[in-house]
Amino acid sequence: MARMKFLCDADRCIECNACVTACKNEHEVPWGINRRRVVTINDGKPGERSISMACMHCTDAPCAAVCPVDCFYTTADGVVLHSKDLCIGCGYCFYACPFGAPQYPRLGNFGSRGKMDKCTYCAGGPEADSTPAEYAKYGSNRLAEGKLPLCAEMCSTKALLAGDGDIIAQIYAERVTTRGYGSGAWGWRTAYKDMVAG
Amino acid sequence: MKGITTRLQAALVAIVLGLGIGLAAAPATAPEALAQAPAAPPAASEQMLFNYLQGDVRGRVTIPDQRAAMLIQPAGRDFQTFWRSTMKWIGGIAIGGMLAVLVIFYLVRGTIRISAGPSGRTIQRFNGLERFAHWLTASTFIVLGITGLNITFGRELLLPILGPDAFTAWSELGKIAHNFLSFPFTLGIALMLVIWIKDNLPSRVDAQWFAQGGGLVGSAHPPARKFNAGQKIIFWSVVLGGAAIAVTGYIMMFPFQFWATDIHGMQLAIQLHGMIALVLIAIILAHIYIGSLGMEGAFAAMGSGRVDLNWAKEHHSLWVDEMMSGGRDAAAPSGARSVGAD
Repeated sequence: MARMKFLCDADRCIECNACVTACKNEHEVPWGINRRRVVTINDGKPGERSISMACMHCTDAPCAAVCPVDCFYTTADGVVLHSKDLCIGCGYCFYACPFGAPQYPRLGNFGSRGKMDKCTYCAGGPEADSTPAEYAKYGSNRLAEGKLPLCAEMCSTKALLAGDGDIIAQIYAERVTTRGYGSGAWGWRTAYKDMVAG
Repeated sequence: MKGITTRLQAALVAIVLGLGIGLAAAPATAPEALAQAPAAPPAASEQMLFNYLQGDVRGRVTIPDQRAAMLIQPAGRDFQTFWRSTMKWIGGIAIGGMLAVLVIFYLVRGTIRISAGPSGRTIQRFNGLERFAHWLTASTFIVLGITGLNITFGRELLLPILGPDAFTAWSELGKIAHNFLSFPFTLGIALMLVIWIKDNLPSRVDAQWFAQGGGLVGSAHPPARKFNAGQKIIFWSVVLGGAAIAVTGYIMMFPFQFWATDIHGMQLAIQLHGMIALVLIAIILAHIYIGSLGMEGAFAAMGSGRVDLNWAKEHHSLWVDEMMSGGRDAAAPSGARSVGAD
């Protein structure tokens, strides 16, 4: 099986936010929740770079490790998913996540959060594939249809790559070699404890 | 701010120089890159990058949620380690260790009896307000402790028994109870502080209590006022530990609003909350033991509020003297006449 990963080529990202919009539209993500976002570092200064970031679907995922009710699971493709039926909205996954991926609709008293929502790698949830129940909770399941995540698929500069980790790392390495520079696979060391080889 | 910016710039330079090389030099993915890579040794670059990425990478976002500007916070991995192992070790050693000590102590010492036997006469030890404050704190602490332990250990201990759906239902109820009962618990802590602080200030008598092992080892009954040194330790553990748990708990209930306005503050609050709570649970287990099974006559103090006179003389001799002399010294109301033998 493939090991699905995201890789954002920060030297190509133009901060158009199309990935963010595509994600929100594809999954009908509610207001205030961003499964994907674009962060610009060194804004307005030399060396400015933008990086599109979402759940990195970590190896040994911190969110899954700290979840008190064990609502996370990793698919055969290495995608980290969770069950909204089991989530109690405690918020611990947000504190553990190195990438700020978990999102919560603010509901109820004392900052209680409601069921956590995050990037599913367009792979839905524990419900049967491509059912209305799955769509309502997790959005569409493109992986079940043999398609890759929409954010990467419609990236105008092909900065955001999605697919098997070895393949996208190789594509990126070829780009770096060809153009002579690259700012690295952002987050890979933290997410996969593996930076160089991908 | 400037420091962060400077660090970020340095990190970026390191990343642009180092990582590109590191990635390009990966033999598995792009063997031809080795020839084109600049002279810097890949190992050094990799190490440089690793050092820089120990800190946060922040930037700017165009969405309202400004917390999303934190691109990477590697400390999340530390939080993961803390939660998965450190916390469980602390809890296991503190609580398991205390239970083991109590079982051994009970087997060795048994229930500590009143040496002179019950006298049949009682003396008022705690009034209604004192008992209310105690039981308000105690009852909420038990629920808070169980629901809190459920968050820490439930996944390992209870989830396999209950199954995912029932465990989620129970944990969700527990979370609600944990949030709401924090308020009466905090009130109880505040009440106990106000009522009992004057009796819990350290004094010279405490040194003697410690010197005689508190009467826990051996059969001595060191003198004590209203509270002996052991009880003072319980008092200050509960008041200070309870206050720390309350403060960190409210930070968790109102995330990113008070002192902890960034994610590292939140992580610290959760870690402190968990560690202090686990230690306090262990201390309170000893308190529950000695106040019930461990000592004859002790429970009545918080039960009916009246204790047997012989118990009081053995465990709180100075306090009994104070109470008695206070009674004797009190001026009789004018016109009062003594009646009967008393």
